[in-house]
Amino acid sequence: MNIAKTTIVTCLYVLFIQSELIVASDDVSTTNVQIANNDVSDTASLQRGARNFFNHCAGCHSLKYMRYNQMAEDLDIEENQLIENLMFTQAATQDPITTSMLPSDGDRWFGKSPPDLSLIIRSRSADYVYNFLRGFTIDKYSPTGTDNQVLPGTSMPNILWLVKEQLSHEEFDQFALDIVNFLDYVAEPIQLKRKNIGVWVILFLLIFLIFSYLLYKDIWKEVH
Amino acid sequence: MADNQKKDQSIFTNTLLTWIDERFPLSSMIRDHATEYYASKNFNIWYIFGVLSTVVLVIQLFTGLFLTMSYKPSVQEAFDSVEYIMRSVEWGWLIRYMHSTGSSFFFIVVYLHMFRAMLYGSYKKPRELIWIIGMLIYFCLMAEAFFGYLLPWGNMSYWAAGVIVNLFTAIPVIGETLAEWIRGDYYISDITLNRFFAFHVIAIPIALIALVVAHILALHHVGSNNPDGIEIKDYKDEEGKPVDGVAFHPYHTSKDLVGITIFLIFYCAAIFFAPEMGGLFLEVDNFEPANPLQTPEHIVPAWYYTPYYAILRAVPNKLMGAIILVAAVLCFVLLPWLDKCKVKSIRYRGWQYKVGLYLFAISFLVLGYLGMKPSTGIYVILARLFTIIYFAFFLLMPFYTRFEKTKPVPNRVIYKK
Amino acid sequence: MDQEDKDIKTNSNRRKFLSIATSVTSVVGILFATIPFISSFQPNKKAKALGAAIKIDVSKLEAGSILKVIWRGQPIWVLRRSEGMLKTLQKKNLNLTDPESEMSVQPNFAQNKFRSLKPEFFIVEGVCTHLGCAPIEKLILPSVDMGSDWEGGFYCPCHGSKFDLSGRVFSGFPAPANLRVPPHRYQDENTVIIGESEEIVNG
Repeated sequence: MNIAKTTIVTCLYVLFIQSELIVASDDVSTTNVQIANNDVSDTASLQRGARNFFNHCAGCHSLKYMRYNQMAEDLDIEENQLIENLMFTQAATQDPITTSMLPSDGDRWFGKSPPDLSLIIRSRSADYVYNFLRGFTIDKYSPTGTDNQVLPGTSMPNILWLVKEQLSHEEFDQFALDIVNFLDYVAEPIQLKRKNIGVWVILFLLIFLIFSYLLYKDIWKEVH
Repeated sequence: MADNQKKDQSIFTNTLLTWIDERFPLSSMIRDHATEYYASKNFNIWYIFGVLSTVVLVIQLFTGLFLTMSYKPSVQEAFDSVEYIMRSVEWGWLIRYMHSTGSSFFFIVVYLHMFRAMLYGSYKKPRELIWIIGMLIYFCLMAEAFFGYLLPWGNMSYWAAGVIVNLFTAIPVIGETLAEWIRGDYYISDITLNRFFAFHVIAIPIALIALVVAHILALHHVGSNNPDGIEIKDYKDEEGKPVDGVAFHPYHTSKDLVGITIFLIFYCAAIFFAPEMGGLFLEVDNFEPANPLQTPEHIVPAWYYTPYYAILRAVPNKLMGAIILVAAVLCFVLLPWLDKCKVKSIRYRGWQYKVGLYLFAISFLVLGYLGMKPSTGIYVILARLFTIIYFAFFLLMPFYTRFEKTKPVPNRVIYKK
Repeated sequence: MDQEDKDIKTNSNRRKFLSIATSVTSVVGILFATIPFISSFQPNKKAKALGAAIKIDVSKLEAGSILKVIWRGQPIWVLRRSEGMLKTLQKKNLNLTDPESEMSVQPNFAQNKFRSLKPEFFIVEGVCTHLGCAPIEKLILPSVDMGSDWEGGFYCPCHGSKFDLSGRVFSGFPAPANLRVPPHRYQDENTVIIGESEEIVNG
């Protein structure tokens, strides 16, 4: 509870400061629209994405359809690593990933409560979220001091501005891509397994097809 | 020793069979509908879709049962319960995808099944009743899919249901009251969701099963048609069996097994590799919960309704649009009486019907595509054009089929190995 | 003639082989296909999450008093036994149906007269082993309604079964076994975790 509130207040405070101090880190010409091309089988990327998400996004955005322990199991994260590095609330490992921000607070502070992101990749696409994270621009007249090319008029502040300052252009793109990759996994955790199972199912059906076809030909050979 | 065992087993089954046959027409049913039901030997690929429809029906009933075990039909819990099935229930994701993919495949298979009837005149005398029962099945199927689509309570579910129920308000005088009566409320609410659930899970499945049984009984009573459109019962051998027919079991069962397997390969490929099918099977807007304050940018019904949706939007008047929509669906029912040609199969019919059917098929597909597009500019013009072609196919049929120059119909079926 | 017979034999063998191959493959396929449906009946992840072990702080529990919680839908009692209660249990009691807890369900460490990891804390499922009613604690002595020789324990109102301070059923009552002890362990002096133990439960 306290950590979430502190993060939020710090963000807001920092935003007020940054809107005056930042001069030219985000210029429109460099943030071009790109295809995300994320690879959900890249576990290292998913782990980085999880780290990025919990450190920068989970204060406001819940992932209410994902449980901590399920995520740890799928991403090859040990329980102690999970608790130390990714869990900043009072939740137990079997609990769903919720945020301490109340919807009413979110409405008051931002005008629109930060939405749950469990399914954002399925409802908007990886490309959308990727370019959204990379699409913040300076806007002196907005309440947050910034605007977004992908969603003009967004109430979301540019949370990652400090990260962007500290990383190179490619490194920040990778940072954002890892988050997108992680959210892609969260939107449908079973996606890798289902493709693997699918291969076996089709193979089995092909073998069955051979037998059933030969049987059919044999039964019909007397028909003229 | 082994032979004695076999004899004992067969004595056992024989005695058991006799006991049952004295009390239930089991053996005679097996004879009438399988081992001594003769269907033409020259069935081609168009003849697999009836069997596939039954297969998909069974899949939907079975997977639907299991979904009902975990789904919660309330506004507060519906959306969450679907995600719960996807993530928490063991293999729930597979059961869900089988059901959602099955729903789309049902329509693919049924449309191809209907088209077969239009190719080979399977709706003509004496099979008009089979066709009418089939049309009733089609209507039930569309209703079933409509009710089922609201259940996930996604944003597209909510708004699509709202739009379709609002269609009823087009009816003069009673329209608004009727819409309210259907919803059970002033808007699509928890009450609507619960009653659509009841229709989807109990009422229509029972109706569908009853109609499918009637459909097959009517078919077996008359005998199946074939690609050459001739009645195989007209030519029987000394034993009274049609010379061009082969017993359903084991001939058609073994052939259908191959067809079913190929179908399952396509079906499983969709389930495991493309369950969303680019937004056609599972729409992206439905991954957000229902939001009464925000309509999706492009409201489209499911792909299998889009031809009729295009026709509806082509008409600039609300009431006329609704009437024309209903007429478009009803046209199919009248087919046996609109078609004046005595020859059944397209193989021997005149160019008039061939051109007509070709144009109809094109217009159905194009209208389907247009139904997914916004109703503006060139899309509206094309929708109007193809709506006219669609209706022309049906309504002009009594005229252009009366004087068709048909080819001589053979006595025996054409069978190439 | 012979060649014809041979051909018929080969054909019939081929037919048999293909029929069997197809049948066997389809049975295998159907069996595999039923696995997801049968598995879907298992307790799912939400049930497992809700059924996860619970932590109880016992530091504030007074001697002789009982704390009631729910775990996996069942009432669990945590009784902090007083000195007097522990002394009572030291006495040999001949009126018990299963004094050595041989037919009852408890972790191995609880197969003794105290039926718990630490004698001071008694952790038990408050579910009568007869037909599942929740027994009532009768800890205050002397007891008016339990009789003059009552030394403390539990009484089931449904069919009258009586249990001692270790949940062991007295003979002559319909309950067939002692109250079940759930797996449990101590995280530290003040915290007991119900639902996990270092051993498997017998019975």
